[in-house]
Amino acid sequence: MAALATGGATSSDGATSFQRKVPANSRLATIAGTRPSVRHGQLLLSSGLPSLDCVLGGGLAVGTLLLIGEDKYNIYSSLLFKYFLAEGIVCGHNLFVASAKEDPADILKELPAPILDDVHKKQLDEEESAVISKQDSRESMKIAWRYQNLPKMEVSPAVSARFGHYYDLSKTLSPELLQSRKWHRFFLPEELSLQSEIKTCNMTCGYTRLLQSIQRIICQEGFDGSYPQNKAIMERVTNLSDTVVGLESFIGSERETNPLYKDYHGLIHVHQIPQLNSLICDVSGTKDLAFRLKRKLFSIEWVQDNYLRQERNIYPPGFSYLLKQKDSAWGEGSLQHSTFLMSFLAKATAFASRLVRHSEPLKQTGSGRIHQTAELRMWCDGHGQEAPGLLVIST
Amino acid sequence: QGKFTLLCNTKTNGSFLVHHFLSFYLKAGCKVCFVALLQSFSHYNIIAQKLGVSLTAAKERGQLVFLEGLKSCFGVLFGEEQPGGQTSPFQWISKDGSNLKTMYEFVRTSLMPSASDSWKCPVLLVDELSVLLSLGVRPVDVLDFVHYCRVAVCSQLKGNVVVLVHSSDDSEDEENELVVKSLCHQSNLILWAEGLATGFCKDVHGQLKIIQKGSPKLRAERNLLRIYQYKIQDKNVTFFARGMSAAVL
Repeated sequence: MAALATGGATSSDGATSFQRKVPANSRLATIAGTRPSVRHGQLLLSSGLPSLDCVLGGGLAVGTLLLIGEDKYNIYSSLLFKYFLAEGIVCGHNLFVASAKEDPADILKELPAPILDDVHKKQLDEEESAVISKQDSRESMKIAWRYQNLPKMEVSPAVSARFGHYYDLSKTLSPELLQSRKWHRFFLPEELSLQSEIKTCNMTCGYTRLLQSIQRIICQEGFDGSYPQNKAIMERVTNLSDTVVGLESFIGSERETNPLYKDYHGLIHVHQIPQLNSLICDVSGTKDLAFRLKRKLFSIEWVQDNYLRQERNIYPPGFSYLLKQKDSAWGEGSLQHSTFLMSFLAKATAFASRLVRHSEPLKQTGSGRIHQTAELRMWCDGHGQEAPGLLVIST
Repeated sequence: QGKFTLLCNTKTNGSFLVHHFLSFYLKAGCKVCFVALLQSFSHYNIIAQKLGVSLTAAKERGQLVFLEGLKSCFGVLFGEEQPGGQTSPFQWISKDGSNLKTMYEFVRTSLMPSASDSWKCPVLLVDELSVLLSLGVRPVDVLDFVHYCRVAVCSQLKGNVVVLVHSSDDSEDEENELVVKSLCHQSNLILWAEGLATGFCKDVHGQLKIIQKGSPKLRAERNLLRIYQYKIQDKNVTFFARGMSAAVL
């Protein structure tokens, strides 16, 4: 779509030379931090972690919903969010942060700083190659000879400065950079203290309106403190989301002492990848993925492991603490309704921001872009006690 | 004629069945009302083009009535005025009551044959009934909606109804299971797409169970059960007997 091949003038020895003619105002790449996908023609966004982008098939498609299942102590999943938000800031996108537990301003203060120097990147590359060579030596051991010939999973994709950044966790994002970006906040305890019923209002941003209406619904239906059956909610929201990733950390589990996992901090399960614009769902062949966190690098690698397959249940153990909630019947008009509504509407609003269509005429992107170059990234840490372990990212 | 087909998927993505039925009925020249609650119009359009049908052309001809859930429910939620003063099919979202009557009315009016129509039997296609449960509709109301649609489309208009639901064997979602079980009993044909019991495989994407209900008049006729495994490709889905995948042979 972006390039036309035209037959150029012939060269002296008679062979034709093709020249790629790129239209002067190529519309696809004008939003910073995104790139088009070769698989399904949608625009892709980086999730903040280049290795997670690899696992998800290049990145998150604009207009989809990413659901992250928290790990046991919510250590790594909140880290994932910080990466996502930091990526948004670095690329110049507007952010929307909704949180039920932590004040959004506090969250934004703790974002990691990007590593943009070339010097650092070179160091990174050296580290990477050291890691890879270690893996090679492990592979050549004859315990599992079959694995030697399988292609290695890409650990460090080709990172351009525009798509996917590495972050240094020891430094926080400079406040000046933060000030220069617009972001919206939604903090649940604050919003609930508002007594007045807000009718139609002139909002600049449609997403704020969305939250207002959700808040209205929550107020109307009453806040009952009963804990819902979490498994059922998890199922429903999983079915509604496009991409679902679960994290399972090794802290406190018996796997910590397992020698196979000594280099890793946890496992990543990719439960669902959206099937956009095609019949095929592009699920990667490697299912045993573990992650490792270092100060400057969050890498996801394939664990060659037979024991893992035997132990794995259908529901990852990381969700088990959710199941110990008190069972209760679903009340009429309870909070569950608004939780689902929020998920469905988050998806609907995300859909509304899908820019690139495969066959839609280019003129549509002209005016629609004015509202949408704002490129909102939404992060909802949903409804703390009511549905713990439920974190939603929508682009 | 007058058949109710249930598409069920468990632990896998069964939407290829929806795409198949959509292109199948459009090619056969039937009038289709498609209630799409999960994905955008362009998604279906692109896949339908790969299968040989153009949804935009069908819409212009009047053969396809496409209700795009993701877009339409927005207007209702924010209390916007509907164009022409009509009630939107999603009117029930903004109220507390979960009566799907407006949606049923929409389906009925869109499939009612008009004088200029030359299409064959009308077809109603619903992508993911389970989403309605997530929107706060009670299972009883969902079943009522399906019942009304069957009466209108299958009995009165002699058309077909195809519905996709999501289900799971050990699901804790009781409302969903209630709806699925009830629909199983009502349907003439069940296509159940499951993931493989042994886990993920690159060459075999899943297993399809086809259950054809015997006619209730002849008691001797039992339900016909067939099981195939399938692999999804870009423009096609290949079916083969269990264990006979090309990768294995």
